[in-house]
Amino acid sequence: MSATTERPRLAVGRIGERLPREDAVPKVTGEFSYASDLSTPGMLWGDTLRSPHAHARVVSIDVTAALGLPGIHGALTHEDVPGKKLYGLEFADQPVLAIDRVRYVGEPVALVVAEHPEQARRALEAIVVEYEPLEPVVDMERALEQEPLHPDRPTMGHGYRDDRRPNVVRHLVIRHGDPDIAGDVVVTGTYELGIQDQAFLGPESGLAIPDGEGGVDIHVATQWLHVDRDQVAPCLDLRPEQVRLHLSGVGGSFGGREDLSMQIHSALLALHTGRPVKMVYDRAESFTGHVHRHPARIRCEHRATRDGRLTSVRMQILLDGGAYASSSTAVASNAASFGLGPYRVDNALIETTAVYTNNPPCGAMRGFGAVQTCFAAEAQMDQLAAELGLDPVELRLLNALEPGDSLPTGQVIEGSLPTREVIRRAAALPVPDQETLPRDPLRLPGGTGNTTTGEGIRRGVGFALGFKNICYSEGFDDFCAARVVLHADGSAVVHSAAAEVGQGVVGVMLQVARTELGTDEVTLAPHTTATVGSAGSTSASRMTWMAAGAVRDACRAALEERERRGGGEVDVERVHRHPRTTPLDPETGQITGERAHVALAVAAMRVVVEVDVELGLTRVVWVGTAQDVGKAVNPLALEGQIEGGTAQGLGLALMEEIVTRNGAIQNASFTDYLIPTALDMPPVEIELVEVPEPDAPYGVKGVGEPPTVVSTAAIVSAMRAATGRPLTRAPVRPDDICL
Amino acid sequence: MEVFRPSTLDEALRLRAEHPQARPIQGGTDVMVELTFGDARPEALLDLSELAELRGFAEEDGLLRLGAGLTYTEAMQTPLASRLPALAEASRTVGSPQIRNRGTIGGNLGTASPAGDALPPLLAERAEVELASARGTRTMPLAEFLLGVKRTALAPGELVTAVRVRPCEGPQTFAKVGQRNAMVIAICSLAVVVDAEAGEVRAAFGSSAVTARCVVVPLAEAAELPERVVEAASPIDDVRATAAYRRHALRVLAARTLERCLRT
Ligand SMILES: Cc1cc2nc3c(=O)[nH]c(=O)nc-3n(C[C@H](O)[C@H](O)[C@H](O)COP(=O)(O)OP(=O)(O)OC[C@H]3O[C@@H](n4cnc5c(N)ncnc54)[C@H](O)[C@@H]3O)c2cc1C
Repeated sequence: MSATTERPRLAVGRIGERLPREDAVPKVTGEFSYASDLSTPGMLWGDTLRSPHAHARVVSIDVTAALGLPGIHGALTHEDVPGKKLYGLEFADQPVLAIDRVRYVGEPVALVVAEHPEQARRALEAIVVEYEPLEPVVDMERALEQEPLHPDRPTMGHGYRDDRRPNVVRHLVIRHGDPDIAGDVVVTGTYELGIQDQAFLGPESGLAIPDGEGGVDIHVATQWLHVDRDQVAPCLDLRPEQVRLHLSGVGGSFGGREDLSMQIHSALLALHTGRPVKMVYDRAESFTGHVHRHPARIRCEHRATRDGRLTSVRMQILLDGGAYASSSTAVASNAASFGLGPYRVDNALIETTAVYTNNPPCGAMRGFGAVQTCFAAEAQMDQLAAELGLDPVELRLLNALEPGDSLPTGQVIEGSLPTREVIRRAAALPVPDQETLPRDPLRLPGGTGNTTTGEGIRRGVGFALGFKNICYSEGFDDFCAARVVLHADGSAVVHSAAAEVGQGVVGVMLQVARTELGTDEVTLAPHTTATVGSAGSTSASRMTWMAAGAVRDACRAALEERERRGGGEVDVERVHRHPRTTPLDPETGQITGERAHVALAVAAMRVVVEVDVELGLTRVVWVGTAQDVGKAVNPLALEGQIEGGTAQGLGLALMEEIVTRNGAIQNASFTDYLIPTALDMPPVEIELVEVPEPDAPYGVKGVGEPPTVVSTAAIVSAMRAATGRPLTRAPVRPDDICL
Repeated sequence: MEVFRPSTLDEALRLRAEHPQARPIQGGTDVMVELTFGDARPEALLDLSELAELRGFAEEDGLLRLGAGLTYTEAMQTPLASRLPALAEASRTVGSPQIRNRGTIGGNLGTASPAGDALPPLLAERAEVELASARGTRTMPLAEFLLGVKRTALAPGELVTAVRVRPCEGPQTFAKVGQRNAMVIAICSLAVVVDAEAGEVRAAFGSSAVTARCVVVPLAEAAELPERVVEAASPIDDVRATAAYRRHALRVLAARTLERCLRT
């Protein structure tokens, strides 16, 4: 067991200091131990047989031939799942292994376990599955009229609108004021986004080890250990404490590790063989092994007065959730709640529909529904500015949403939301002068390709504003536990199940503990479900807030306890909760209590691009951004989040798209699913706007998502300015510019 | 899997004859990917990376002999870069520094992908391929060596040992379109050579037909080049780009690269 046992003591400081990451050097030098590096003596290798069909009836599965092959220790199908046959992050609608139907290409159908991965691979080829192909549902619009893929409607009866159309995962209508109210000007548009992938570098992997007493330990790269455990245990027919999840080295997640991948499968194989079983997806398998960002089609109508005040906005948002529900219902809620952008709009009608199809399942990805709507809403704001002859920044300032205003759900903003300040600070960043020619091709669109020496180049400056919520919403009972052990010698150990996925929560927890305890002698215990309660998910930009709160509370309680006892060793666990939320009304989309969302964060971004308008190639020259961060716990780590989030948004603007044909992914490799390289990323100038969030520990806000929400919109805004084209679809293809 | 590691060309050719199933491997930047993806499962590998005879380049009477083991990094350096500037520019577009340090022009010929970036500049220079076997050595024009998508005229028992080029004196350049600014397979590419001595302009394009292909027009009709290139292309729609875009981009590249050459 190499990856998870010992953790070196991290030499970090207190809250507010610029601190380098402890894992930065090992990651760059290749010494960091990822889940794919897990290894233990006597381990076997598991592998997964996946559906080649987007939609088919499973007539029969015969594993006999596979079982006879050398090195094979087992081959399992749905019949071998001892407990619940279905699982899911929010709705148990997904079979552990396909039962009588497959609903997407890549759906797990059977498992094998062997001495060597190559033997496992050959055994997969020997499994005979008889399918009866069915017509796949691949168009999100037509899905609403086609045969239902889940006739039992798993998401209905959870307080959502009762929509009887086939394949509706969730239909949400937010009606606010009088949406029919007229304006002096009207702008309309239809916007589309392709499927973006998290493209994390560390593929899904894990190691399941039977404990010899019927239980199992699963070492895995994930975002939420306890929710994994709570999905795994019922399928194995075990009690939760018999299944222990331990965090292994995570190579990025971005939402793609919220749903289970190989957790149940590896545990099934480990319990079946009584031996440790490792599973690692290869790159192609990884593309089908996790959910993606929802592709979307968004229709908008914005009405405004002649002087630029928004009077009414209508939005119709269609999201393709793919074959299973995953977190589509929550993504739909976010898309609707933040659809308008951070603008004060008294009258609105926002209709969001998430559908089931036979496309790859979609779920959580950084930005979570707000990315798609920001792209549409900001294009509309630019169009409105052009229509009114107003400066786009002025138009945004004029309509900026501020504390005291309400969201279209009726929620009044009580926390911090410095919208005008982020707009002003981003707009004030000086835009670099145009570089002279001739230039190194690396500083021109086309880059190393040497496609231009200056021909066809147009410069454009764009601006966008984006916001989203921090923490889980709509009544979800969200909490985070932390345990602090104070030793008699004054040193302390912090236990937390918070998943470090590269965002830096490890450093945050140490900073908080050092600050609260007033000592440098703090270490972190391994992240596990075995010694501490749930930390909740590393998602929804919530982990810094929640972990900081839990560690702070536990530290303070530990100090009190020691004080009370007059010294000695103390060991306390505390649970931190943020203010409670309540669901949206299923008919009106209005809040049913004080709030449906906990807090908000806003970011503004200014972008300079150069576009070769004859070849349709783009160079993002410069990005300047101001972000509302509450309190910068570690400014260096925060800047890393902003740069990384911007790169991911740049990817969606320019190149990142999973292409499907009849539901099958056509580019499941890093050869053809392109993500930005260092040569595609511009320098990012960053302004941190610190207005403390009153409800949050130390006033912090999550920072991981806002840059991703705003950057795609801002970059394409600059590209529109450069090309004069509407560019209503992301990613923008060269064809959209020059054909 | 068996790996043969000959230390001389003669030994390599003998092993090649004795073990026809052994897959040659030079830099391995294509072969290793095929092995990892399970696209190829050869019984044996014939490692050519130790053969001094395939390394570097030599010049004799104006004829350049580029060893099959010449890396992109080497092709980007002087003095070679000033003799074959288009090849140097093409090399700069290949992969990442790590790939350019390992990847070779011999391997690019061996793979014979329509997107191989060394191919257009070599075609435009009317390069000849030197092929050796235990039976002897022969040469053939690169244009004849490339038969189709990943198909070549390499005969059983043969290895590519070198590429021979007589650089023409006129200006030349290379450009490649991809959807990001580095580390990308060509959507289409184009090398142009102005050969004043022969009184012609030659342009060779990649990723727009089953092989990289060369088009020749008389210098006096140079303005026709973009149209002629587009006529010679037969691009397809794929996950990287549409055929319509490829045609359009080839026309733009041809006009621009020609202009660049004639301007200087
Ligand atoms: C990340 C990455 C990026 C890449 N980017 C590019 C790019 O931008 N442009 C591009 O063109 N290519 C690219 N490639 C592909 C590859 O690097 C090139 O094709 C390179 O030229 C292959 O050379 P090699 O020496 O590594 O070949 P190898 O992998 O060793 O061999 C390639 C093929 O040629 C055969 N072969 C090798 N030597 C001989 C010989 N002497 N005689 C006969 N057959 C032989 C082999 O059997 C094999 O079929 C990339 C590859 C990777 C992994």
